[in-house]
Amino acid sequence: MTGLFSEVFLSALLFGAVTAAIPLLLAGLGEQISEKAGVLNVGIEGMMLAGAYLGFVGAFYSGSLWLGFLTGAAGGAAVALVMALLCVRIGLNQIVIGIALTLGLEGLTALLHHFQFSRSYPRLPAADATVIPLLSDIPVIGPAFFKHHLIVYLAVALVFGMGYIYRRTQLGLNLQAAGDKPAALDVAGIDVVRTRTIAVLTTGALAGLGGAYLANVGAGLFIPFITNGAGFLGIVLAMLARGRPIWVLFGALLFGVCLSLTTAMQVAGINIPTDIIQMLPFLAVMIMLVLFGRRASLPAALGIPYERGAR
Amino acid sequence: MSIDTAPTVSATALDATSGAATRRDILHRLLMTLGPILIALVIAGCILLAVGVDPLAYYGFVLEKGLFSPLGIQQTLTRMAPLLFLAAGLIVAFRAGMWNLGGDGQFLLGAVTAAASAPVFVQIMPAWLALVCSFLIAMVVAMIWSLVPALLRAYQGVNEIITTLMMTFLGTSLANVLVKLAFRDPSTTVPQTRTLPVEDRLPRLFETTITSGLLLGLAAIVIVHLVMTRTAFGLKLRIVGANPRAAVHSGLGVPGLTVAVFAISAGLAGLAGAVDIIGVQGNVRADWNPAYGLAVIPAVFLARMNGFAAIGFVFLLSVLSIGGESAARRLGVPNHFTLVLVSIVLIVLALAEYFDHRYNQSRRA
Repeated sequence: MTGLFSEVFLSALLFGAVTAAIPLLLAGLGEQISEKAGVLNVGIEGMMLAGAYLGFVGAFYSGSLWLGFLTGAAGGAAVALVMALLCVRIGLNQIVIGIALTLGLEGLTALLHHFQFSRSYPRLPAADATVIPLLSDIPVIGPAFFKHHLIVYLAVALVFGMGYIYRRTQLGLNLQAAGDKPAALDVAGIDVVRTRTIAVLTTGALAGLGGAYLANVGAGLFIPFITNGAGFLGIVLAMLARGRPIWVLFGALLFGVCLSLTTAMQVAGINIPTDIIQMLPFLAVMIMLVLFGRRASLPAALGIPYERGAR
Repeated sequence: MSIDTAPTVSATALDATSGAATRRDILHRLLMTLGPILIALVIAGCILLAVGVDPLAYYGFVLEKGLFSPLGIQQTLTRMAPLLFLAAGLIVAFRAGMWNLGGDGQFLLGAVTAAASAPVFVQIMPAWLALVCSFLIAMVVAMIWSLVPALLRAYQGVNEIITTLMMTFLGTSLANVLVKLAFRDPSTTVPQTRTLPVEDRLPRLFETTITSGLLLGLAAIVIVHLVMTRTAFGLKLRIVGANPRAAVHSGLGVPGLTVAVFAISAGLAGLAGAVDIIGVQGNVRADWNPAYGLAVIPAVFLARMNGFAAIGFVFLLSVLSIGGESAARRLGVPNHFTLVLVSIVLIVLALAEYFDHRYNQSRRA
C-alpha cells in the first residue's frame, strides 16, 4: 500500500481523470446548447459513436490526429443534421428519434468496424502532448494537468467561451429564447427553426469531437460501443449544470476522477469489483439531489417541437 | 413535453357503427404500418449490399427464423414476454407524463432478485408458490428502486429524466455487484447466480417451447391498457399527464399519484426481469444487460401508448431480433445489424405517421 498514494500514482490518477473527463465535458457542453434551445438530444450517444468511428478512420488513414478530430466532428454533425431535419424542421418526437439514432449508430459503427478493423485491431500511436512551460514543473499537479494534447486546453477554453456566448451575445439570448419562449423569438423576427438547427448541429460537432478524442487520444483505437454511455452521462451533466458551462466542467471532472480511479485500482491490484467504483459519481450526484434537490431550471419548451401559430 | 391523450385508435374503430368505414380504417392502419416497414427493409437492404451481403438472403433468414419456422416463432413469442411487461410499465408512466427512462436498471435488479430468490424458495416451498414469491419480491425491489426518483419528482420537482437515467446506471452496476459478491454461485468459475433447474421454471405452453410468461405479459399489457382507458384511476393519471397544474386544481393528489405511477411502472419492469429469468434464462451472468428498455421506449411511442398497438410493435421487435440473430450467424454479418434495422424501421414509421397526419389535416381543412 505504501506506493499507492505516491506522487507518481496521484499524478497518473489525475492525468487519467482529465483524459476521461474531456469526452464527457464535450458531450455535456454540446447537450447543454441543445437543451438551452429546447431540444432534448437523446441521440448524443449515437453522435459520439459516429464521431469516434469517423475520427478514428480519419486519423488512421491520414496519420494526422487533427484531421481525425475534424472528421469526428463532421461525423457527429452529420448525425445531428438528421436529428435537426426530423425533430426541428418537421417536429417528430425527440425521444423516439434520439433513441432510434443512438441504436442505429451503435449498430452501424459496430458493423463497419467488423468489416474493416476486426481482424487487425489497428492502433494509433500515442498522442503528442503539449507541455506548458513552468506550470508543468509543479509536482503532482504539473504532470497531471499540463501535459495533455492541445485539444484538452481548447476544450477547457471552450467552457469559458460558451459562458461568454450565453451571457453576452445575441446568439446566446436567441438560444435561450428558443428554449424558453420560442413564440416570442419568432415574433422578434428570428427564425426559431434556424436557431434550434444551429444548436443541434453544434451539439453534434461537439459530441463527435468528444467521441473522436475518446477513440484517438483516450483509447488509441476504435472498438464497438466504445462510448459506453458517455453520451447519456453528457445528458445528465447538462441537466445538472442548469445552463452553466462551468458546472459541466466540474461535473465532468468528478466523473473523470471516478472513472480513472476504476482503472487505477485495477492496476494497483485492489480487489474491489470495478462496478462499485463506477457507482460512486452517480451516488454522489443522487445524494446531492436528495439533499439540495430544488426545482430543476429546465427550459420551458424543452422537448416540444415549435410550430408557428400552433396553440 | 406533451403527451398525446387523443382517444385511442382501436377504441374509435370499435365504436364506429359503419362496418365499411371500420374496414377501411383497419386497412389504412395496416398499410400505414406495413408500407413503412417495407421501405425500411429496402433502405437497410442497401446498407447490406454496401457491405457485400445479399439482402434477400438475409431477409429470407430473418423471416424463416423469426416468423415461419416452428422453432423460430416459438423463440419470438418467448422473447415477447419481458418486452410486453416493459412496454406495459412504460405505457403507465408515459401516459401520466412521467419519463421513466430507468427501465433497464429496474429490469436488471428485478432479474437479479428473482435469480437469487427463486432457487432458494423452490427448496422450501411448493414450486408454484416459490415462483409467485420470486415475482413479488422482484417487483417490490424494483418499486423500491424507483422510490428515490419518484419522491424527488413528487415533492421536490426534480426532473425525472436525470434521476431515472442515473438510477439506471447505478442499478446496472449494483446488479453486477450483487451477482459477483452476494449471490454468486460458488460452483462455477464465471460469475453468475445459481441456476434455477429447468423443471422449476415457468411451465412451457402445451407441447411447445413458448414460455407461459407470454400469457402473463399479454395479461399485464391488456390490464394496463384497460386501467388507463376505462377506469377512474387511469383517467386521473392521464389528467396528471395532460396538465399537472389542472390536475392540482381539480383536487387530485398529484404527489401521491406520481409515486404510484413510478411504483407501477418500475414494478412492471421488475416483473419483466423476473419473467425473463424464471421463464427463460434461469440465471443472471455478470455484465448481462440485454438493454431491452432502449428499444421498447420508441416502440411504445409509435404505438401512441396504446396497449394493443404496443403488442404489435413488440411482436415486430421480437421477430427482428430473433430472426436477425439467426441470419447474422448464417451470413457472417455481426448481430449488430439488427440494431441498424430496428433504428431505420423506427425512423421510417415515425416519418410515415407524420405524413399521414399532415395529409389528414390538409384534407380536413
